[in-house]
Amino acid sequence: MAAAARGYSGVWRRAWQRAVACNARGGAVLAGKSGLAPWVPVVGLEIHAQISSNSKLFSGSQVQFAAPPNSLVSFFDASLPGTLPVLNRRCVEAAVMTGLALNCSINKKSLFDRKHYFYADLPAGYQITQQRVPIAVNGSLSYSLCIDNKMSQMVTKTVRIKQIQLEQDSGKSLHDDTRSQTLVDLNRAGVGLMEVVMEPDMCCGEEAAAAVRELQLILQTLGSSQAVMADYEIERQIEELENGGTILNETRAFDSKLGCTVPMRDKEGKQDYRFMPEPNLPPLILYDAKSLPANMNHQQVVNIDWIHERLPDLPSVKRAKLVEQYGILPEHSFTLLNEDGLTEFFENVVKQTQMKPKKVIGWILNDLLSYLKQHSLTVEESPVSSVLLADLLNLLEKKEISSTAAKQVLAELWKGEGKTPLEIVKEKKLELIQDQKELEQICQAVIDGQENEVMAIKAGNRKVLNKLIGLVQRETQGRSNPVLVKQLLEKKLSE
Amino acid sequence: MRALTLGRWLRGARGRGGARAPRRVPPARAALTAPAPRPAPVPPRPAWQRGQQRPPQRKVTVEVLDRLEHLALVDFRDAEGVERLQKAIQFADQLHEVNTDGVEPMDSVLEDRCLYLREDDVTEGNCTNELLKNAREKVEEYFVAPPGNIPLPKLEERETFLQGS
Repeated sequence: MAAAARGYSGVWRRAWQRAVACNARGGAVLAGKSGLAPWVPVVGLEIHAQISSNSKLFSGSQVQFAAPPNSLVSFFDASLPGTLPVLNRRCVEAAVMTGLALNCSINKKSLFDRKHYFYADLPAGYQITQQRVPIAVNGSLSYSLCIDNKMSQMVTKTVRIKQIQLEQDSGKSLHDDTRSQTLVDLNRAGVGLMEVVMEPDMCCGEEAAAAVRELQLILQTLGSSQAVMADYEIERQIEELENGGTILNETRAFDSKLGCTVPMRDKEGKQDYRFMPEPNLPPLILYDAKSLPANMNHQQVVNIDWIHERLPDLPSVKRAKLVEQYGILPEHSFTLLNEDGLTEFFENVVKQTQMKPKKVIGWILNDLLSYLKQHSLTVEESPVSSVLLADLLNLLEKKEISSTAAKQVLAELWKGEGKTPLEIVKEKKLELIQDQKELEQICQAVIDGQENEVMAIKAGNRKVLNKLIGLVQRETQGRSNPVLVKQLLEKKLSE
Repeated sequence: MRALTLGRWLRGARGRGGARAPRRVPPARAALTAPAPRPAPVPPRPAWQRGQQRPPQRKVTVEVLDRLEHLALVDFRDAEGVERLQKAIQFADQLHEVNTDGVEPMDSVLEDRCLYLREDDVTEGNCTNELLKNAREKVEEYFVAPPGNIPLPKLEERETFLQGS
């Protein structure tokens, strides 16, 4: 999967707030030297997601990762005099979709502004953004997080979304310290971004990471952004956040290229962006079913209701459907959605096997997924296809092999040599003995050979029966069904 | 020289501007010969009188001037430049005398226009050579810029008129 080094980047804001802790009876607990409640860290996030579109926000240059430097740049992107911004409809739709998915109010009239600062990769000397009236406000994002590491207890939390605004991305600077110069590539200059601003409702790095992960899944589901950010970047940001320590109200930017946080640009005292309305752009007007003008060209109309009707199922809805349809646990649905393609794989296996989904999920999450992780493979790259796994599970379900044997077969399938499960079973002689008489004979032989154990069992010590079962298993080289063996032994011993 | 009153200045601008709406026909005659006129966006006579007192002149401090020079990379150069700025501020301050209660601020003369939405097609780009022709320095196909931002040196270190202020 293509990884855009800046598909997604975050600015971490850490503000400290006085906390008023309440005890169970509803009073206020005061602590600390001065008698006031202790300081509690809160985290606010501003996330810039690159909009998935063919062309840029205000020009017709292509949006593409990794192209020759300055080849995807128009005269407007290079800020040559006499050029004007022309808004890309697709970017507006992407922002509306995202706003709706995050439960925001969509502003039917939003405005564009200029934010001024000097930097080599911002040729105009300003960025067109939406500072006064952005396209969407007052939303919320629900996310879940595990209380412990085993994913057995999940809690749902919500973070408020302050606003979503459309803005331009800047170009890319490559710092060449040896030659004391900066090389500038404007391919990214002018690409559309959605800035999602969250309120400081999160208490720590873990919550922030979970919220970001859920936002990433939502954006990918909507298709409004590819929202790709390497995992290490998320972890690094969390670390940076944790190392923020007792710094008060610091704003640091994460430079995904350098791979660490750096002080904000131009830190000479407080930066003043001298916001002013963008004089070249009238207000952006959006419509809904009620306000739709009769005579307007369809191509010029963005209809919020039309977009709302076409929103795909969001991750939270998909998870709920999986739990309801297949009877799996909520934690399972999280893992399914977290891995690209795993849900489809799981559903394909379920379709092709008689084994119940509740049992299939165990094989998917414990066996298949752990193999994939060990070998750093994606679901797409799995040498074991859903067809092969379904075949294997069918053999198990029909009791033609034991579950231990099934695991052996899976290990063999993993080599990707093209053999079917049945072929491997025959090759390694893993079939369960179906002949009852043969089994009975072996059981009898074991009983006959273990006088002491038999006496113990007859005296009331049922646990020793397991030893006999184990011995039968050994005799049959694992090819006996332990449940059946237990039944036979018990029958014989009670005679 | 007497400063122009704001109202006169506006009317004067209309006249100088050339192509503006013709002088309004007195209502009586208009009723017989023309359809009911739309309400004029600008009143024909001033609706308010300029106050007798000028607003007090606010002195612009050296700190503010220095910050402006840093932010906008302008150079006020000499006392005359600073004085010009002072006068410009004072002139603009006259706007505060206008009663704007209940009036929505206009931030763009385009406010009644439709914002044109473009289809998401690739129609531009691929002109690297043309763009690089403008660059004084280039490395392969990159523009070359100084390392990071070189901020204006602090006031004490600059040779600027403001130092003496």
